[in-house]
Amino acid sequence: MTGDWMREKVLPVLTVVAAIFALWYGAAIWMNSSWTLAQAERAGKTLTFTEIVKDTMSQSRPKLPAPHQIAAEIWKSTVQKKITSKRSLIFHGWITLRATLAGFALGTAIGILMAIAIVYSRTMELSLMPWAVISQTIPIVALAPMIVVVLPKIGIEGRLIPKAIISAYLCYFPVLVGMVKGLRAPHREQLDLMKTYNASGLQSFLKLRLPSSVPYLFTSLKIGIAAALVGAIVGELPTGAVRGLGARILIGDQFGNPMQIWAALTCAAILAGLLIMIVGLLQRITLKRMGMAE
Amino acid sequence: MNWLFGSIAFWVAAWALNVWLANSPWRERRAVRIAIPVIFGISILVLWEGVVRGLQVSPVVLPPPSAIWARILQSFDILWRDFVQTAIKGAVSGYVIGCTAAFLTAILVDRKPFLRRGLLPIGNFVAALPIVGLAPIMVNWFGFGWESKAAVVVAMVFFPVLVNTVQGLSEASEMQRDLMRTYAAGYWQELVKLRLPAAMPFIFNGLKVGTTLALIGAIVAEYFGSPIYGMGFRISTEVGRLAIDMVWAEIAMAALAGSLFYGLVTLIEKWVTFWHPSQRG
Repeated sequence: MTGDWMREKVLPVLTVVAAIFALWYGAAIWMNSSWTLAQAERAGKTLTFTEIVKDTMSQSRPKLPAPHQIAAEIWKSTVQKKITSKRSLIFHGWITLRATLAGFALGTAIGILMAIAIVYSRTMELSLMPWAVISQTIPIVALAPMIVVVLPKIGIEGRLIPKAIISAYLCYFPVLVGMVKGLRAPHREQLDLMKTYNASGLQSFLKLRLPSSVPYLFTSLKIGIAAALVGAIVGELPTGAVRGLGARILIGDQFGNPMQIWAALTCAAILAGLLIMIVGLLQRITLKRMGMAE
Repeated sequence: MNWLFGSIAFWVAAWALNVWLANSPWRERRAVRIAIPVIFGISILVLWEGVVRGLQVSPVVLPPPSAIWARILQSFDILWRDFVQTAIKGAVSGYVIGCTAAFLTAILVDRKPFLRRGLLPIGNFVAALPIVGLAPIMVNWFGFGWESKAAVVVAMVFFPVLVNTVQGLSEASEMQRDLMRTYAAGYWQELVKLRLPAAMPFIFNGLKVGTTLALIGAIVAEYFGSPIYGMGFRISTEVGRLAIDMVWAEIAMAALAGSLFYGLVTLIEKWVTFWHPSQRG
């Protein structure tokens, strides 16, 4: 069993990861070498191949930093910095995480409420559903700078709410689609059975439709939380934010510091992985408790 | 105040009309199914206009739709130039390159089950990452022109299309493949005549996700450096000048571009996968 699992799942993934790292190192050598060679030419030196490779791995502003350089940068700006420091990626990660979670909560709530309205009202379904689809074809990033500028004018201060709105906009749609499917999952016979029990509309919603939608909900939540994180970062990018992972990317760009950009990007990737894992864990626990686990 | 109450009354009337239409005997008709969301959309626009005028909202906060429409007509050449730069040169070219690359990679990967098992989980994970963050790096690598925007778009659409195509290619059932083998079909024949058609619904899923991502990528990349035109450039500079009506005009164009792009891919999907249950009905 474990042997199969290793051979079937872990080994292929590890191989692909190793291949990606190998490609990355190769690309780093190739892309950074032009700077190395230019420096050497200016100094009138000729370099051996090992010298070139060594230099491409240790530039302070490389075109493409090698993975170990990024790891070192992350180590430097997480473990070796106080959490409250402005240079700590944990601090910036927390700012982004807060906006992500706020947007996720808002988006999930909107998605679920809209799904309920759509399942129970034909008018809602016919009026809203096409617009919900269209809303996702609108590049929200176009709205982001304006949301950030306009909200303070109507008395909403702070950076959290604009970011959360953008997050919610990206994350409500998967939840809406999943919940509509989930709330419609019960069969005709099951709904009829509720009627023979003389169940009220509310009872058949709470005892039948809502429980049967839970697996669908969790699948959507996994997509939703990743989308919410993308939203929070997108919300920080074009808006001159000074705190948050997106802001680190922005500032790294303005000061020509690629290492900082890559470190922030990697942290965002780790954060995304953790969030999806947590939702997946909640899914497993909940479905097991409800007796719906496969 | 007349504007405010008038528009609210209009909205309520439109909603009542929709309720009546949705429960009328013609509700399955195509025209009615299109009319209902259109009526809803118009009623929202009227409500927006009425609220902005009635409450005298400052145009810096929210301009009325009529002002945005006037701005679109007035600055049409600027909007068109931005559209060509961002949507056509940046988004569409990146989209085509990215989707083609992902499609070819998927076909290569599909030949080796080992690679497929390794790449699927990783591709799924990468597809969920905030790849837009690569925008400043791509601008750094490829310069301010449309090439860097296309590069961001390639990175954004690649993984969703790859994952969906790889998944789709394993859609054809064992029975169907056996049948192809009894016909003495070779690898390519089996691929072209059985497995690719069976994979099309999945592939189009990825392609549709990609359309939105493409525009997002192209616009965000412009925030990090662009020539003096382009949708993202225009939005960020006009926001700075508080010309919010121009920003809305640009958003309207972006929305139109996004919907058209998505609509076009959906149309092609209908034409290619006409046999699929979701397309009949």
